[in-house]
Amino acid sequence: MVLFVAEHSNGNLRKSALELATAAKALASQLGGDAVGVVLGTNVSGVAEELAGYVQKVVTLEDTALAEVRAEPYAAAVTSLAQESGAKAVLVSASRSGLSYSPRVAVRLDAPLLEDVTSLEVQDGQVIATRFSYLSRVTETVKALATPVVISVKPNIFPVAESGAGGSVETKSASISEQDERVKIGEKAAAKQGRVALEEASIIVTGGRGVGGPEGFDTMVEPLADTLNAGVGSTRAVVDAGWRPYAEQVGQTGKTVAPDVYVALGVSGAVQHLSGMNRSKLIVAVNKDPDAPIFKVADYGIVGDVNTVVPAFKEAVQSLD
Amino acid sequence: MKIISVIKQVPDAEARIRATPDGIDLEGATFVIDGMDEYGVEQALRIRESGEDAEIIALALGPKRFEEAIRTALAMGADRAIHLETDEALDPISQAKVLAGIIKEESPDLVFVGGKEADWDSAALGPAVAEALGWPHSDWTTALELSGTEAKVTHDSDDGNETLTLPLPAVFTTQQGLNEPRYPTLPNIMKAKRKELKKLSLEDVGGASAKTQVLKQEIQTKARLNKVVEGDAAEAAKELARLLHEEAKAI
Repeated sequence: MVLFVAEHSNGNLRKSALELATAAKALASQLGGDAVGVVLGTNVSGVAEELAGYVQKVVTLEDTALAEVRAEPYAAAVTSLAQESGAKAVLVSASRSGLSYSPRVAVRLDAPLLEDVTSLEVQDGQVIATRFSYLSRVTETVKALATPVVISVKPNIFPVAESGAGGSVETKSASISEQDERVKIGEKAAAKQGRVALEEASIIVTGGRGVGGPEGFDTMVEPLADTLNAGVGSTRAVVDAGWRPYAEQVGQTGKTVAPDVYVALGVSGAVQHLSGMNRSKLIVAVNKDPDAPIFKVADYGIVGDVNTVVPAFKEAVQSLD
Repeated sequence: MKIISVIKQVPDAEARIRATPDGIDLEGATFVIDGMDEYGVEQALRIRESGEDAEIIALALGPKRFEEAIRTALAMGADRAIHLETDEALDPISQAKVLAGIIKEESPDLVFVGGKEADWDSAALGPAVAEALGWPHSDWTTALELSGTEAKVTHDSDDGNETLTLPLPAVFTTQQGLNEPRYPTLPNIMKAKRKELKKLSLEDVGGASAKTQVLKQEIQTKARLNKVVEGDAAEAAKELARLLHEEAKAI
């Protein structure tokens, strides 16, 4: 049996949860047993019912300790459920929180960790995954040498599951100690409301130094992102200059993304930035320098001034049927 | 106070790497201390400079060539170093257990680990070390304030950032934004040569075995269209929108 932790936000499943369902069901069919969706939190019955539309079995673990996403309570809850159920694999999304608590689960279970995987298969009962390494330049194939296996799955790689499962929901209690609650969360600062999270975005519009300044984001990057219903990314140069927050940074020291479309505006294409986005399915670049390295990795490019090209492009997109 | 900064040595971001049937060939690559780990070393130094009486130790697990990166940490200002020298390919979970054993013996108050390691592309080491120690952790830390037996941090979360309060001892993984790492000065580089670099082997710490095995490594650069759309701003923009919609079916 394979467990997968379905992430949710504001009462709805995240897209990554549906991708994880696909990965979990495929893995379960090869390892044997069912894929069981796990929902952690408080007041999650609605989310659990939604998940039951995609997978036959859903388990909820409700506890005040899980009200907010924290590494130790989540690790504790997932570990106890994995042990109790004898799961052969535990899948989480490779989100910030998933990457934070899954190694803790692996250590608690004394299990191998397959991290940020892009594919999964089973050979002779052993789980084999592919993932990126060396700043996303290399694809490596890794085998887990024992079960159970803890696996974090890269967002935007697996397709979302199809609905129509008509599954059932079971509630269980979580086994969380007082010590697991020792880290307290204070203030939270959310990314701009309505803006899709970078790691989940199908389309990302990134601004580099070439957009000229923070106003360039207001007048060009954000409006285009709004039109495309895209996430907004930034390069290290832009963040270093104080124009945008670190949370938006894409690259070696920022986020690694693999959206369907990556639009790079005024981005030169330094190796460190490329490592964070070179796995995007399609790359579009606008830069006034024809020799900018970004054009080497772009599928489509315009050599021109972002100040004239971007507004025109936004309008052209809006005029599409 | 005692602070341990876990560091590793990785190929330079611009390094040419080649794939052979036996794996990645790093022959001729330049190696550097992982940039992410530098923020950890720097943070330890700043804590000391802010008035804490702190001993700072650099801890590394890896082959002999890691010595250069360890000397960099010492040259930045770490007091001494421990090098668990091994050529074994150990995954982050296996490494965490070994490192935790050494860290437990030193009994520090804070442990810094780079947020993501540039060769494995892994963010697992910090959280795994914390769990192996039985300590709390903060990952992707961008601000850190010590207050008695607690640390208050700002760190990246799923949807933005949040502040956390953690009881010490604790593990913090580090990234850009936490601080600006210093360049070692020449006098400090010279001093670093005389600082203690203690060597340990896997045998000394009870051995370790990998939990995963890399079967294959391939360099795959995705073939790109490299299509430059011609025309003035308005024309090119319109054509680009059309291509993305009709040809690529991307929007």
